[in-house]
Amino acid sequence: MARITALIVDDSSVMRKIVERSLRQAGIELEKVVEASNGAEALVAVQSNKVDLILCDINMPVMDGLEFVRQAATVESAKGIPIVMITTEGSETHVVQALTAGARGYIRKPFTPDQVKEHVLPLLGKKP
Amino acid sequence: MNTDASLVTRSHEENWLPILELAVEEVFEIMVGCRVKVAEQSEHKPNEEFTAMVGLAGAMCGILTVRCDAQTAGEVDKRMLGDTADSQQQVADALGEICNMIAGNFKNKLTGTDGRCMLSVPTVISGGEYSFHSLAEGTSLEAVMLFEGAPIAVRLQLES
Repeated sequence: MARITALIVDDSSVMRKIVERSLRQAGIELEKVVEASNGAEALVAVQSNKVDLILCDINMPVMDGLEFVRQAATVESAKGIPIVMITTEGSETHVVQALTAGARGYIRKPFTPDQVKEHVLPLLGKKP
Repeated sequence: MNTDASLVTRSHEENWLPILELAVEEVFEIMVGCRVKVAEQSEHKPNEEFTAMVGLAGAMCGILTVRCDAQTAGEVDKRMLGDTADSQQQVADALGEICNMIAGNFKNKLTGTDGRCMLSVPTVISGGEYSFHSLAEGTSLEAVMLFEGAPIAVRLQLES
């Protein structure tokens, strides 16, 4: 698998590290990891980096994850990049909102590395 | 099981304590890699040197707190990341995320809150010289769990 650049969006630096570790445990080779602590920072990051995959929390200050997904859909450089939500908001309503807005996957916290593997690898064209 | 029946004032919420305990157990097992167990009544409650809190609003209004001593908070962070904490900020961040995931996991297990109960971002207080007062006067549930032999108190306080 080619090495990829992942954008990890979460207001918790601890959670960003855990998500990165989970990606590596899933066998995904990371060329670069870009971090953002809210949706607004992520919008800037996605325009200044060549990103292959975005993993995004929902509940964040400044701009939440759902709003980020909506706005990213209008940003040329973000089009086509798979976005996977990783969040404590596990209701069907939130899942539908995220997928309608353009997210390609949804992982509920707490999560295992296997769940990350199962949801992310198919988006990168690989079998989990 | 540390079930203080005096804390439970509304009948339909009596069944929530096992759900809260299960939510705590799952978060620790999956994210911290450690099993926690319910403390016996005779066991001590924690020194409250760290208090993480997450607000709930909507169909269920109130606050969920996770309290423990500094050493325990540091050990939780270490277990989550696999190394020693860089700073007290990182320890607070880890405990805040634990609180956030317990709140989310708990509400996801309840029926009837689908999409109608929102969580705030976590807040963490450190230091022992403070008193905690919530304006959410209503039902309270508390699960005291043992993590590596040290108590961690998880309290859900709901508006009536």
